[in-house]
Amino acid sequence: MRARAHIVAESDGRGGTRLAVLHGESPLLLRRTGRRGDGRPIVHLVGGAAGPLRGDDLRLDIEVGPGAWLEMLSVAASLALPGRPAPASRLTVTATVAAGATLRWLPEPLIAAAGCDHVAITRVAVEAGGSLLWRDDLVCGRHGEEPGDVRADALISYAGTTLYRHELTVGPRAPGWDGAAVLGGGQAVGTLVAAGSDLPAPGIAGPNAAVMPLAGPGILATAVGSDIREVCRALDPLCRSPLIPVPG
Amino acid sequence: MHPDLHEHGPDETPHTHPEPGVDPHAPLHTGARALRVGIGGPVGSGKTALVAALCRALGAELRLAVVTNDIYTTEDADFLLRNGVLPAERIRAVETGCCPHTAIRDDISANLDAVEDLEAALGPLDLVLVESGGDNLTATFSKGLIDQQIFVVDVAGGDKVPRKGGPGVTTADLLVINKTDLAPLVGADLSVMERDAAARRGDLPTVFLSLAEDKAATPVASWIRGLVASRV
Amino acid sequence: MSLATLLLLADGRLPSGGHAHSGGLEAQVAAGRVKEISGLDGFLRGKLATGGLVSAAFAAAACADVTRFSELDLGLDARTPSPGLRRASRAQGRALLRAGRAMWTLPAAVGREPHQPVALGALAAAAGLSPVEVAVAAAHGSITGPASAAVRLLGLDPYAVHALLARLAPECDRVAAVAAERSGDPVDELPAAGAPLLDIGAEHHATWEVRLFAS
Repeated sequence: MRARAHIVAESDGRGGTRLAVLHGESPLLLRRTGRRGDGRPIVHLVGGAAGPLRGDDLRLDIEVGPGAWLEMLSVAASLALPGRPAPASRLTVTATVAAGATLRWLPEPLIAAAGCDHVAITRVAVEAGGSLLWRDDLVCGRHGEEPGDVRADALISYAGTTLYRHELTVGPRAPGWDGAAVLGGGQAVGTLVAAGSDLPAPGIAGPNAAVMPLAGPGILATAVGSDIREVCRALDPLCRSPLIPVPG
Repeated sequence: MHPDLHEHGPDETPHTHPEPGVDPHAPLHTGARALRVGIGGPVGSGKTALVAALCRALGAELRLAVVTNDIYTTEDADFLLRNGVLPAERIRAVETGCCPHTAIRDDISANLDAVEDLEAALGPLDLVLVESGGDNLTATFSKGLIDQQIFVVDVAGGDKVPRKGGPGVTTADLLVINKTDLAPLVGADLSVMERDAAARRGDLPTVFLSLAEDKAATPVASWIRGLVASRV
Repeated sequence: MSLATLLLLADGRLPSGGHAHSGGLEAQVAAGRVKEISGLDGFLRGKLATGGLVSAAFAAAACADVTRFSELDLGLDARTPSPGLRRASRAQGRALLRAGRAMWTLPAAVGREPHQPVALGALAAAAGLSPVEVAVAAAHGSITGPASAAVRLLGLDPYAVHALLARLAPECDRVAAVAAERSGDPVDELPAAGAPLLDIGAEHHATWEVRLFAS
């Protein structure tokens, strides 16, 4: 299955944000939620089919224009499944965040079911003066299950310079992924990249978590847990800032 | 005629002259940087207490800094800080990965970095004391790291230590036999130690010290003063 | 190509500060995740597939093109979220340059305190080694450092540890071959495999009052 979804958020000129484009295709269906009229749109990804399955090629493009504000959530975890023999399933998410704009990407976790073969590609470009909160959680297998293969490949740039470049590969084809260097037997891992202003303070966020100042203007918070609840305990408190742009 | 130019007499070997105003010599290696003195010795012999005493004795007259090589990272540096003998910016602690003797002898890079960082941060120094982590009788400093080394043993370790020798006792530029005040309590014979040290060390000096009684470590401080003075 | 020169560069006795670093192992030993050989096996395989691959690719890229030092250095910054690991990498890069300057004539553009793989690539280029050779040295170094730390921290049988390293040698060669093959890629496309517990462990380790290794 191939599908593309596209969102364009723009300043409405009155301090709020309007969605100039909100286009989805199954299984990438989009629903605007949140209170109407406060100018801060929340868009939920609504899974329109099982998957991603092998062979799927899905793409979501997000554009947040100057001064606009957008939050992206999902109604449920996505479940990468084996499906028929086919190339790896692929979900590519791209986002651009303009000056004075904010994007909060806080979806539910991706679950790597046994036998899946999935690639998640993230490419985010934040212009100078933009703000980003980008969360990705991964659960390795359903309860009591060994995971399939997942590779998460992320590149986040700020003001034209690569701020964060990271790949995480889990599953039977990834040497040492459950060893003590990578996940150490933890079933869940979460990352949160914050870029721009209003960054969470660096430090220790739990026994298996840390908030790290990146070399550029941003932080990475990472948590590993025996289940997703441990990851959420460490990362959820860091996602509270609404990152509302200060008019200036 | 340029004042620096002159005629060569017939009995003179022909020679050339450097560009006027330019020093033709490479900077003197020993004078261009601080004197580096290594302080080694077995665990508990009083190395850190000696460093503290030297800081108190010499801190006012010499531009001084200390690098510690501790098994537990900053333990010795913390001791110096707690005792207020030197401000924090004059002390660097080097981590040694369970191998203090490697850090002072086989792979001295972290210590050289620490010395360079101190000189970069503080400006020119007269003296850098490099304290080794407590190790055994074979631990000595690399000549690539230090100019002179002091080996500290204590009488409580037994009066046989000088006789046993080992590179520290035998080759250190100064052997310090510390805690002489304990000699009667542990039945150590200082004259035996003195005789054995002389036999092992030839002309190299040995001093006896009791930091409990001589808080300024007078004989060691004097030895270092002499070294610094001879470099100028 | 000079095999003897490659051995010099890969020798653990090269005075380049490596002995003071555990490659992240000390933190995982303290967390109880590595206790014996099987735990070390998992740690080293993960380390080789992540940091080992990245180091090998960047060292090979630096060796292949000495005009890329600065962009490669920034690329490693973006791949090293832990400030503790960035410090450790630069300290080892600086120490490596100190050793390298005594052995060969290094390109000046490498700077004073580059990330370790960039420094390694600069030394290899100066020594006339090829990208795949320095990639082998980098991959090998990414596991022999922590393996030696494991012997010191856990008192593991050194023969068992070397038997493990021998089993990993073909994987080391494979990682180096992949790294060298990709070494001409644009920086953003070079390997970026990360290891969350190495990042988290490094940050915890940096807060300890008592530690044996610098990283």
